Amino acid sequence: MLRASVIVFPGSNCDRDVKVALEKITGFPVNMVWHGDASVPASDLIVLPGGFSYGDYLRCGAMAAHSPIMRDVIAKAKAGTPVLGICNGFQVLCESGLLPGVLMRNASLKFICRDVTLRVDNDSSFFTRCYRKGEIVRMPVAHAEGNYFADADTLDRLEGEGRVVFRYCDENGEANEAGNPNGAQRNIAGICDASGRVVGLMPHPERLFERALGGTGGRRMFESALLAAVEPMV
Amino acid sequence: MKARIRITLKNGVLDPQGKAIQNALSALGITGVDDVRQGKYIEVQLANTSEEQARETVERMCRDLLANSVIENYAYELAP
Repeated sequence: MLRASVIVFPGSNCDRDVKVALEKITGFPVNMVWHGDASVPASDLIVLPGGFSYGDYLRCGAMAAHSPIMRDVIAKAKAGTPVLGICNGFQVLCESGLLPGVLMRNASLKFICRDVTLRVDNDSSFFTRCYRKGEIVRMPVAHAEGNYFADADTLDRLEGEGRVVFRYCDENGEANEAGNPNGAQRNIAGICDASGRVVGLMPHPERLFERALGGTGGRRMFESALLAAVEPMV
Repeated sequence: MKARIRITLKNGVLDPQGKAIQNALSALGITGVDDVRQGKYIEVQLANTSEEQARETVERMCRDLLANSVIENYAYELAP
């Protein structure tokens, strides 16, 4: 049994895609939880989906980070429940303080919607255990604010602790400027917290999880979550 | 009492919107512009309280929601 919950904010638009991906891959039904609720039902994992919560007012994710449900999401994350934030969900995780840094306006100022290549830099987080370190995978991005920023000390700490999960890269796996779609510092596409249970990324794994969608680059993020049901993280 | 709050990007944080504004000014033939940094201006009408209380409230709203301390600074003034 795997109990997954997807938080639905006003303006979320990838919530149902995540639900479909999780249900098809894990075989278990997924709870949809409204942002105004006071608590998340007992869950083995929580997903904050992509979209434009609260219309991206003030800053992306800033309002959602203070919505009633987030108090319980933060409490559960701190108590060890794995949380995955995708795109707007990553922005919410940063705004809520569960992950460091912030997602700024793309350096090009343009909304970018295309597939990117990512290098897996951490294959031990809760959501990336089914990948191999150094592997190159393809996932789509669709954002105007995906330009990861943190001060140099924070970036050094993230790298030193192996908490950069995915980096934008070119087809050879080089995390260089050519492979960086949005200006993110050090090509960071996704990071995790110190426990490896809270993961945020800008690309959309749920949009490429089966062949009918054109690729399977994101599939193993959900398979990694399923793996925990039989082989818990230490 | 009214709080006039200005939120600006910290020094060293890239501001692509500011750059785009600078380029647009240049395209309009407006010269002599060395740099442009953009930010937010927010007015908050506060219920009648002491100035001390108002400062405490505004500090808290800036810290907890209006500004993101990773990239932004805030400043404000109170007006009757």
